[in-house]
This record gives sequence, structure tokens and C-alpha cells, in this order.
Amino acid sequence: MATSPHDWLNEHGDYLYRFALARLRDPHQAEDVVQETLLAAIQNQSYEGKSAPRTWLTGILKHKIIDLMRKQIREQPTENLGEDISADLPDEPGMEEFFAEDGHWSDKPQSWAQPDGELEQKQFLLILQSCMDRLPAKLAALFTLRDIQEEDNEKICKDLAITSTNAWVMLYRARMGLRKCLEIHWMGR
Amino acid sequence: MLSCQQASQLISQSLDRHLSLRERISLRLHLAVCDFCRRFNQQLNQMLAVVRVQRQQIEHDEHIHLPDDVKQRIADAIDTGRR
Repeated sequence: MATSPHDWLNEHGDYLYRFALARLRDPHQAEDVVQETLLAAIQNQSYEGKSAPRTWLTGILKHKIIDLMRKQIREQPTENLGEDISADLPDEPGMEEFFAEDGHWSDKPQSWAQPDGELEQKQFLLILQSCMDRLPAKLAALFTLRDIQEEDNEKICKDLAITSTNAWVMLYRARMGLRKCLEIHWMGR
Repeated sequence: MLSCQQASQLISQSLDRHLSLRERISLRLHLAVCDFCRRFNQQLNQMLAVVRVQRQQIEHDEHIHLPDDVKQRIADAIDTGRR
């Protein structure tokens, strides 16, 4: 079984890159986490042959992605949306534009035309991606871990040192914002 | 009776935690009478499904390779790291 770091790179580099790119969507970030993963793999020397090298490397890569998202959350300038992560759920700052004071939709979800055929599905996806790019970094980090990587919610809270209430609030904002952005650009295309 | 704002929060949270029986019942009652929240729920799920399909497509896209220059850079870093 190939267990030298160069073999890991040659045999699993493309796979690890696709894995990272599928989650981070930024090629440079994806390249960097793959490099960090392989370097960490050498340093830890914890490979004991218990699992396939690819499974082991993918586990390290997942952690590197979490580390990157943690950094993204910490480094975001505080004046941005999602700053007030200690906010309680009931009166959600930043969400006023979606709801009237009585809690009814002020900005009612519109009926969407379903993406029909390959071309429209592609268009839908492109709009969704550009909306994801516009999310504030903190919200994008949570969304990446929870809704793209499908990481366990408790694990996310532990790794990012946030409470579950904070996580729910941030995920709610991310999803609300994305849905709205998608609606505006999909309907207005 | 839940407000739409509360209903939308529960819909989102139901993706992240188990709602209590009481929350599930009030949400179901709300959705039974509220077209907008039903639409919200459906669109949210559609959006997240598209996100996941896209993730899987990139993961399995054999045309995507680690660029050669990056591969070389990493190979060099491996050698440096081992020294």
C-alpha cells in the first residue's frame, strides 16, 4: 500500500482538491487546504493503516476546512451583519426587512418559476453561487460547514466556540438572505 | 398561533435540531393555513438540495484536477517539510 507523502499527493491530490473545492468553491482556498492537509499528514505521522489513506486524509482535510472557517469567522470586521451573535432569537436584528412588526411577512415569498431544462438549471445554480459569494463571511462560514459540508451541529458549535443559539441565528440569517437573493435574481433574470 | 417570523425560524431550526412536540404541532398548524410559509419552506429545501447536488457533482467531476503547478508546489513543500 502506498503510504509515502508523494504517493498521497499523486494518488489522492485530485480527489482531495475536488472535495475541498466542492465545499469552499474558491480554487485558491481549496489548493491551500489540500497542501495543509498533506503537510499535517506528514507531521502527525498518525497513519496506522487502520483506514484507507484516502479516508484518513479526507478526515484531516475536513478539519482543515473547519479551521479555515473558524479563521474566517474571527477575522471578519465586526461592523458587518451577523456581528451581534449573542442576540436572542425573538427580536432578530437585521431581519426587520422580512417581517412587519406583527410578525407577518412584509416581504412575502414569491412563487418561483421552476428551473426547466439543463440551461435554466445551470442559470439557477449560477445565481445561487453568486448569492453565496455575497453572504457576509461569518454567515458564509456557518453555511459552508452546516449546509454544504453537512457537519454535525454540535460539532460546529464546539469547534467554533459558539452556542447553539448563535449557530441557529446565523444559519437562519444565511438561509433567509440566500433565499431572498435567489428570489430577486432568479425572478428578475 | 405562531407568527410567520416565528414559523420561519422554526422551519430553519428544524434543519439543525429536533423540534419539541409542541413546536412541531404549532408549526404544522401554521403551515396548514399559511401559503407564504409553506412556500418559504419548500423554497428553502429546494435551495439546499441544489447546494448539495452541486457539492456532489464537483466531488465526482473527474475533469477537475489539482493544477500541475500547485501539485509541484505541494510536492516541494512536502520535501521541505520533511527535511
